[in-house]
Amino acid sequence: MQHGKYRFIVGFLIAPLALYAIFVIWPFAQSIYYSFTDWTGLSPDFKMVGFDNYGRMLDDAIFWKSLQHSVLLALLLPLVTLGLALFFAFMLNVGGRRRKNAAVAGVRGSSFYKVAYFFPQVLSIVIVALLFQFAFNPSSGMLNETLKAVGLKSLQPDWLGDPDLALYCVMVVLIWSTVGFFVVLFSAGMASIPKDFYEAALLDGADRVTTFFKITLPLLWDTVQSGWVYMGILALGVEAFTAVQVMTVGPGGPDYSTTVLPLYVYQTAFRDAQAGYATTIGVGLLIVTMLFAAIVMRLGRRERLEF
Amino acid sequence: MGFTSGRTNEGLGRRDLIKRSAALGLIAVPTMSFLSACASSDTGTDEKVEKGTKSAKNPLGVNETAALEVVIFNGGFGEQYAIDAEKKYNEAFPKAPKVKHAATEKIQSTLQPRFNGGTPPDLIDNSGAEQMDMGVLVGKNQLADLTPLMDAPSYDDPAKKVRDTLRPGVLEMGQFEGDPVWVMYYAYTVYGVWYSQTNLEKLDATYPENWDDMLALCAKAKKKGIAGWTYPGKYPYYLPFSLYPFIGKIGGREVLDKIDNLEPNAWKDPAVKAAFEAYYELFQKGYILKGTPGLTHIQSQTEWTKGKALFIPNGSWVENEAAPTTPDDFKMMVGAPSSLDSSDKLPFGTLWASGGEPFVVPAKAKNPEGGMEQLRIMLSEESSKNFTKSVKSLTAFNGGTDGLTLSTAMQSGVDVLKKAGDNVLNPRLQDWYVKLQKEQIGIAGIGEMMAGRATPAETIKKIQAFADAAAKDQSVKHYKHQ
Repeated sequence: MQHGKYRFIVGFLIAPLALYAIFVIWPFAQSIYYSFTDWTGLSPDFKMVGFDNYGRMLDDAIFWKSLQHSVLLALLLPLVTLGLALFFAFMLNVGGRRRKNAAVAGVRGSSFYKVAYFFPQVLSIVIVALLFQFAFNPSSGMLNETLKAVGLKSLQPDWLGDPDLALYCVMVVLIWSTVGFFVVLFSAGMASIPKDFYEAALLDGADRVTTFFKITLPLLWDTVQSGWVYMGILALGVEAFTAVQVMTVGPGGPDYSTTVLPLYVYQTAFRDAQAGYATTIGVGLLIVTMLFAAIVMRLGRRERLEF
Repeated sequence: MGFTSGRTNEGLGRRDLIKRSAALGLIAVPTMSFLSACASSDTGTDEKVEKGTKSAKNPLGVNETAALEVVIFNGGFGEQYAIDAEKKYNEAFPKAPKVKHAATEKIQSTLQPRFNGGTPPDLIDNSGAEQMDMGVLVGKNQLADLTPLMDAPSYDDPAKKVRDTLRPGVLEMGQFEGDPVWVMYYAYTVYGVWYSQTNLEKLDATYPENWDDMLALCAKAKKKGIAGWTYPGKYPYYLPFSLYPFIGKIGGREVLDKIDNLEPNAWKDPAVKAAFEAYYELFQKGYILKGTPGLTHIQSQTEWTKGKALFIPNGSWVENEAAPTTPDDFKMMVGAPSSLDSSDKLPFGTLWASGGEPFVVPAKAKNPEGGMEQLRIMLSEESSKNFTKSVKSLTAFNGGTDGLTLSTAMQSGVDVLKKAGDNVLNPRLQDWYVKLQKEQIGIAGIGEMMAGRATPAETIKKIQAFADAAAKDQSVKHYKHQ
């Protein structure tokens, strides 16, 4: 059975692997090559500049700021999103009041909530960001109008116009738009946990918090870990870029308070016409992402529970 | 679901495979592999069509049978004006095939591969959010010199050269170093302080010609619950539209030239300080609409057309852009920056006006003469009028408004230009150093000051540091006023 297994797998995967090599690995190699050039992106002539771009990147205050924000997003977003999603999923599946003939049940109307939570997932992030831009409008947006309506007239933040709040506004949007997906994912995972476990725990007198940490979470760990990786992609990549690009001052502001690495890559390449330097920052982003992946894989290593 | 992996020593299990590929995907997705699109494709064959014979009707020597390809930025001005002008081209050269026309919002994505491949079209309206960096295009010899066009007789009057039919400053804007003209700015934009005549009349006021009147009017408005000013807080680089000519008016043209030339201590000029402090006072006295730092250009314009604020720094495109929310009796007008005091170097009326919609002819175009001829046609009085009529903007052609019924905004634009005479300023930072102007001076500098998070003194220091860094940055091409 073990013998020749990899050859067997590779046999099946040869076509996708080839595609992957051409469209992912090869552009990577190219990007790394371009990061050593002064290519503008607008003309085919460029020359090698050695490690100049890298030296410049290490001295670039905006690079460090973008890095800091990207890392913050990569740490906070998965934590908050997955935490919320776990909580909601738990409430939907196990958190309800005990009813007849069932040891565990979700809160009333849980199937409706599941659909409601999932709804943002069908909207593109651009649309979500645009909608929130209206909500965050300080002079007639939903948030400030609500604050006014409940008598908090003096509290009218500038939201995206305030450097202390702007990045958190972006985070809220990303969380809002992704949490539903994980609620559904975790719900599916929880549904597959045998009910007997909960019954046994309840008979032993465990409360909801205990059952969550002693039963639900350990049995769901693999799914949570995949979710963590997925959220990392989101926080370091396209979604974070889109939200910042569409919503924030500038974009990236006010005063660089929301700039993230992919945005900086984009601006350097397409606004400043310094594609060579932009790929250098891209390589920086690659390193950050690999570190993130390595950490997640290491931290996530646990003995697998079978049932 | 129930997990099927019963044994732990299975080697590469299904989950491991999924996990490992997820990890690979994690690495792959965010990195910007799209950057490496196709930089190293071949440099093209550089085939050009043969030149035609020059004649009075064909001063540029266009090949009468050659094809012409035009790419237009499809933004606020649309594409119809270009299509109309292309029809004229085909009328002039009946033997040539119909002009190949394309319009896009994504100039750079569409054309970058063609520049890299050496097969660009013959005429490009290089505008919009995806504008290709003109400095880089010039520096890398990607553009054709438009001097033959400038020296050609104009379409309407063979005795006049094209260069003599243009509005002030347009030709100079197209030059980068020395005499060659690389860019032809077709639209003509008037920048300034925009207001509603109706809303001022409600306060028994006229446009304030000096700063004391401005402050008094703002105070009066504040009592009625109306803000004096608003601006696109999310894009604070709109503020310079009235702030820069204000600086130039106070300290003279040289101050702005020094700033553009990135000279040391250019921002430390007393005129800059005076102008910044005047604007900062607007914030301090609470004359700026609350929430402004979080508004987009559209949102701030909407607050302004609703009458919640009297003034907004803007350019003449605002008429078209704000049209959906503008009341019929709004009477939109533009004013030149108010005088700070009697010691200002330039008189009231001094303002910023300059070209927009930059047209370029690529050096490697197959039919560059055709591209220039198309521009010559567009700079005729008839085409210019057509443009003005359909998109409500002036063109680089000096004149072209006679006999047209103009809106109040257009008419006031024409009027302030007349009043300004030679005192038209043209700060170049926004074309020469986009990043410095928008992100550093605009957002991190002036934007922070107008939101009240930095004082004028701190802001000047910060901006001077940005300018010094830009002057030292070897990866940026530097320009000087001639």
